[in-house]
Amino acid sequence: MAERKLMKGNEAIAEAAIRGGCRFYAGYPITPQNEIPEYMSWRLPQVGGHFIQAESEIAAINMVYGSAGAGGRAMTSSSSPGVSLKQEGISYICGAELPCVIINMVRSGPGLGGIQPAQGDYFQAVKGGGHGDYKMLVYGPCSVQECVNLVYDAFDKAEKYRLPVMILGDGMLGQIMEAVTLPEMKDPATFPKKPWATTGEGFGSTRRVVNSLYIVPDELEEMNHKLQKVYDEMCKNETVFEEYRTDDAEIVITAYGTVARIAKSAVDLLREKGVKAGLFRPVTLYPFPTEALDKLAAKDSVKEFITVELSMGQYVEDVKLVVEGRKPVKFFSRTGGNVMTPEDIVEFACKEA
Amino acid sequence: MAVVFEKSKMLTDTPLHYCPGCTHGIAHRLVAEALEELGLQGKVVGIAPVGCAVFAYKYFNCDMQEAAHGRAPAVATGIKLTNPDNVVFAYQGDGDLASIGMAEIVHAAARGVNITVIFINNAIYGMTGGQMAPTTLLGQKATTCPAGRDAKVNGNPIRISEMLATLDGPSYIARCSLADVANIKKAKKAILKAFKNQVEGKGFSFVELLSTCPTNWHMSPVKALDYVKNEMTAQYPLGVFKEVE
Amino acid sequence: MEKLIVAGFGGQGVLSLGQMLAYAAMYENMAATWLPSYGPEMRGGTANCSVVIDEKEVASPIIAVPDCLIAMNTPSLLKFQDKVKKGGLVIVNSSLISEKCNRDDVRTYYVEANKVAHEVGNDKASNLVILGAYIKLSELFPKQVIMDTIAKQFAAKPQFIPSNQACFEAGYNLF
Repeated sequence: MAERKLMKGNEAIAEAAIRGGCRFYAGYPITPQNEIPEYMSWRLPQVGGHFIQAESEIAAINMVYGSAGAGGRAMTSSSSPGVSLKQEGISYICGAELPCVIINMVRSGPGLGGIQPAQGDYFQAVKGGGHGDYKMLVYGPCSVQECVNLVYDAFDKAEKYRLPVMILGDGMLGQIMEAVTLPEMKDPATFPKKPWATTGEGFGSTRRVVNSLYIVPDELEEMNHKLQKVYDEMCKNETVFEEYRTDDAEIVITAYGTVARIAKSAVDLLREKGVKAGLFRPVTLYPFPTEALDKLAAKDSVKEFITVELSMGQYVEDVKLVVEGRKPVKFFSRTGGNVMTPEDIVEFACKEA
Repeated sequence: MAVVFEKSKMLTDTPLHYCPGCTHGIAHRLVAEALEELGLQGKVVGIAPVGCAVFAYKYFNCDMQEAAHGRAPAVATGIKLTNPDNVVFAYQGDGDLASIGMAEIVHAAARGVNITVIFINNAIYGMTGGQMAPTTLLGQKATTCPAGRDAKVNGNPIRISEMLATLDGPSYIARCSLADVANIKKAKKAILKAFKNQVEGKGFSFVELLSTCPTNWHMSPVKALDYVKNEMTAQYPLGVFKEVE
Repeated sequence: MEKLIVAGFGGQGVLSLGQMLAYAAMYENMAATWLPSYGPEMRGGTANCSVVIDEKEVASPIIAVPDCLIAMNTPSLLKFQDKVKKGGLVIVNSSLISEKCNRDDVRTYYVEANKVAHEVGNDKASNLVILGAYIKLSELFPKQVIMDTIAKQFAAKPQFIPSNQACFEAGYNLF
């Protein structure tokens, strides 16, 4: 019988990462994700892994670079200001085509901001917060179980495409406790070989170099195109989304992460009032589920979209890009660490109707 | 005909890009010879910095990683913990190690992580064209202190080896010079020791090498060597600052 | 579906009371979310948690209109009493709260939780006295489910099981 445990989102992410093969973690304390490094500090040594409390966010992401480059399954986690500091390393990791997992339990900003839940790092995560042309596989899980499922396979995905997988959570998702079913520990012996990894044997023609420096423009352009091909392939294979009661929906509420759960309750409340509401929830934020949303936008029954997010309007831009003016896209948000209730969404939907 | 000198097999055949009279080449040779003499071929991972040695990944005949500016000790830490049987070294210049990467080197040393760091101190930013380095001497001219470094305006040079030697983590810290044959021989011994320490599991080892930059110092190679011997060595005394048996 | 807010001072066992219910729900194969307030306000200030229990998957863990409020101190009663749904349940720890609930459209019960816990002999378990009262009044779970949950949660420190169960039972038997 599968193991069922009541776990905080942060702890569940740490355990799922280990069961998914993570054997190296470097991080720096920042609220609201401290349970991840704390959990890793005692748990990783039990499975022969290594935990390091790094001197900075920058050092942490660069330790991950080293470990990933050496063939390890490496992870770091942080929250918004810390993830800003990691952007240099993320860009290098993408440039050097290294697989790793990065967790961002988003808090409110800009600047030091606050420590309560927010979604203001959407652009940073999906458009590339560091320099240069790169993409990551970005997930926006909405429950502790979904965190577990996505993180468990995140290293496989990261290694398949040789890029970072980012989990874009929020403070709520890290702190919330839910019952989860934990999957079996993956056996590192079954992981695919990494001929590119610097495991020390290289000499002469077998030498491996982990590098993002391409000083000749034509070589770098070729590299940019090579990376783009990978991103295109990833978009083709990895797009994940959820639709809820959209079959006959006239109002499609769209949101990601924890906010999507709140929106789901709002959909039920609206249905009780006789309003035909539905929910569209991207699970992958990059790749964005363009095709599925496009189909909804083209449907005659759909009269309008309402995007709900904990930012001043980031996710809504991607929704508008797909809807292309065919239907109104209304926008409802709370920021600063405030979180809307299902009733708030219902009120907005009814007032705006 | 007898062979009296051969390039170490731990160097590739790629021609070095360094300027005439620059001592990076000597430092590369010493590191490569030390690795070869200790029989470490097939076990080594090196980390190249950002700075003049940015292309070091082309020259050392071993697996290499190129790090972001200043982050080589963090990258080395990740590599070493992932594959503890590897011999891991970071090769860094003064801007990389003593300025933008100060936190990384201090904490790697404090942790005593079992790696070897080669620190090239030539008191200038070479790759970017001669700007002031954290190790630039007082009075020394650079493109960002054209009248010479003034402590009141530009702050004071940092003695990295002495500073790191105050920490409990490192097992070996030495400063050597590449300005003449006798000192180069001493530097070779220090580098050997620094790698041997790692093989023996003694922990963090560090060798600072006083080096030349004739191009950005605007000196002939010979005068640059004299500058190391006279001016730099006065500010940065040679010696072993820490040695744990 | 049951939506509960538990609020009080940090250190009153507010968060663990909520957790106990989330564990009980898991053991009963129900779905639950437990969402705590977090951050500096926890340290010496007020703490609260939202617990949602449902037969199926819980959607929103955020509660606008709780079915029940458990107020362990005065600020918590003042902060949340207006939010409770009509006909809902308010349980007030009258050991520490002298005010009365300002609502006449909810069922309000006053429990001298600290006094009862002291009499039973476990001053730290006023939260379990309240839990007992809540389980009796809400009929959310059979009594034995919580008794078993307490035993499981204190499995590592079995010496604490009897006194915690006794406090829970004392609260349960108040009504």
